[in-house]
Amino acid sequence: MTSVEEKFEESKRLGLQIVKESEDDRLMTLSVGPQHPGSGHFRFTIKVDGDYIVYCDPDPGYVHRGEEKMCEYRNVIQNIPHLERPVIHDSNNITYSYSLAIEELVGIEVPRRGQFIRAIASELNRQVYTLYWLAIYGIFLGHSTMFMWPAGDRELFIDLLEALTGARVTHAFNIPGGVRNDVPEGFRDRCIRQIRYFEKRLKEYEDIFYNNPLFRQRTEGVGILSKDDATKLGVAGSVLRASGIPYDIRKAEPYDIYNEVDFKVQYMKTGDSFARSYVPFLDMRESCQIIEQLLDKMPKSGEVRAKLQPNPKGPPGEAYRRVESGRGALGYYVVSDGTPKPYRVKISVGSFRNMLALPFLLVGQKLADMPAVYWSLNYWPVEADR
Amino acid sequence: MSSEKKEAQKKPSSKPVAEKPTPPAVAKPPAPVAKPAAAPAPPAKEPDAPAFEKGLVDEIKKRFGDSVKIVFIKRLRIKVQVEPKDIVEVATFLRDTMGFDHAESAGGTDYPKDNQIEVIYHLGSYGREDLAAHILSLTTRTSRDDARLPTLINVYNSVEYHERETFEMLGVYFDGHPRNDRFLLPEDWADIPPLRKDFRIKGR
Amino acid sequence: MKKELVSPTTFNVLVSKLSDILVRALDQPLGYAINWGRIWSLWPVHLETACCSVEFGAASGPRYDVERFGIIEAFGSLRQCDLIVVQGTVTRKMAPRLRMVYDQMPEPKYVIAMGACAITGGLYIDSYNVLPGVDGIVPVDVYVPGCPPRPETLIQGTMLLQEKIKRSKIK
Repeated sequence: MTSVEEKFEESKRLGLQIVKESEDDRLMTLSVGPQHPGSGHFRFTIKVDGDYIVYCDPDPGYVHRGEEKMCEYRNVIQNIPHLERPVIHDSNNITYSYSLAIEELVGIEVPRRGQFIRAIASELNRQVYTLYWLAIYGIFLGHSTMFMWPAGDRELFIDLLEALTGARVTHAFNIPGGVRNDVPEGFRDRCIRQIRYFEKRLKEYEDIFYNNPLFRQRTEGVGILSKDDATKLGVAGSVLRASGIPYDIRKAEPYDIYNEVDFKVQYMKTGDSFARSYVPFLDMRESCQIIEQLLDKMPKSGEVRAKLQPNPKGPPGEAYRRVESGRGALGYYVVSDGTPKPYRVKISVGSFRNMLALPFLLVGQKLADMPAVYWSLNYWPVEADR
Repeated sequence: MSSEKKEAQKKPSSKPVAEKPTPPAVAKPPAPVAKPAAAPAPPAKEPDAPAFEKGLVDEIKKRFGDSVKIVFIKRLRIKVQVEPKDIVEVATFLRDTMGFDHAESAGGTDYPKDNQIEVIYHLGSYGREDLAAHILSLTTRTSRDDARLPTLINVYNSVEYHERETFEMLGVYFDGHPRNDRFLLPEDWADIPPLRKDFRIKGR
Repeated sequence: MKKELVSPTTFNVLVSKLSDILVRALDQPLGYAINWGRIWSLWPVHLETACCSVEFGAASGPRYDVERFGIIEAFGSLRQCDLIVVQGTVTRKMAPRLRMVYDQMPEPKYVIAMGACAITGGLYIDSYNVLPGVDGIVPVDVYVPGCPPRPETLIQGTMLLQEKIKRSKIK
């Protein structure tokens, strides 16, 4: 057995270049890039030491389309179609927050039936979004049944939304002043039937996915985010509620008619990946009851949209409104200078805030835990890049 | 109840001086007792909404006097403007004593008419229940030609990526931030920062 | 079943398809077989470009099952895939990566431009970071319009691609 030294001498004689392994060579840089089965349209660079991640650096911007700049060149109503594209499968919530901010600036009052329909569409969209997130979570962890079941159930909710708004995912339903049109005939019975069916399905999801011992092993105790760290890093939404802070904007700062709806904020105290994946599931269950209450309390008839002038504009001022979307808090900071086009629109999205937790949590984990942690942070690259 | 709330929100504030709108009798549930911090508790017992904000503002003014300027006080929204050199001190006071423990977002607006860029931090509170719905906007202005500001990353960790994006989009350099770098734009971006008003998008 | 197959309305379609198969299979049997193999197993690369990827994901779901056409997202390397579906807006940052991915795929490779943003820039045509259409970087075979296109439209697009592959010659 020749020793390593003798092998190096031999290679030098043959003229080959061999680098001797040193401490610096231990770290290997990997680029989990935009073309990757586990990352979507987002790139982050990680340095691994064997199997452990020691450094992570996110590199977003692959879908940066300049939403905020485009808002300044279109008037208030023309902004709705392109503002709903960042979170295309949750489009009712991202335009809800915008409509609230514009209504405060311009001074529009939304009729009561319009408020109820807006809230129902928002809750249905929350289900659609969470089911898509669960489907991709299943694929990332290799549970392909958990891709097919939520994708199929999601189609039933999309049918309801298509009957209500006319489009599958890009609804353009909320405008400042209310909603575009009224609910169709028989919508209430269809909705109630779908919710009853879905509540049974949620029990089945729990059986195959959340009580699956493999899933539990992969996510329990992995990537723990403590309560103090969650507050300092400023994360939002289900990531925050999984670390023990029961903060939900629908309860903390009720907008529209959410102060008349009775529901509990779902949260868990452990803060690991399992808690971050279970809190949206609990939210979905709670959301079913909210939809039923809204359908019961909705006034039987009335206007759904306030009458608007052709180019709505208000006095100079600014507004900051937030909404609890499927992912978390979504805020709009709108500055107006008295013209029909907004002066500045800043969108504060949950994904951008949760991105800060990614390097914080990945350091120290094994490389194989990366999909479980990354997708449990509920990060959607298109939204973070705006 | 919702129409009263809409009335309260409809009052726009365009004047830069402190303007308190006449508060309608909004029935707000009495705020619970503030968490015991090493602080004088703000007058949280009164159910009248703008008075609570006024109490918060009075505390800030008591500590800092004239170096803070109150831009407006609305229901649940307060806007405070400070000089760039005072911003770290004011932010530390807001975090430790007043209970605003995280920054929701940070961004900037370009005002070419005043030749200034305004950077705004929206501060919120997760820990205290009576402040859960409040957003305090902490703003500062800097000149457009040489835009430099001290960073708040040591006070609020959550502004790390927001400040980096503001550097890239508006050209504001943050002293003390570890990476004033490219973030969202492509690596070979050779134009002026996009969110400035002299950057026109094509065709418009 | 035989009666449905050979009814007055479908008879001419049946005859044309049979003649098509017989002529080409007898004329160029190897080419026909290779093309047949290619069109029923198009494997796409997992490269989501923007928001149309949601509808591509829905197309792989149980209702619009695109797997019956052989389109399985093989989560392996891209050296074994032969289809790129450019799903949505291509920004200036993503464009070199898209070209790199396209170059790494082995021949024969096909490109479907999905969504209005991939065809001409779509809704984002005047944005500062968006390419006006993707056919300046990669040669596109089929354009599928929509914003986002419904999954049925995407399936029709793949059927058009299949027709195109059937007509191609094997060198």
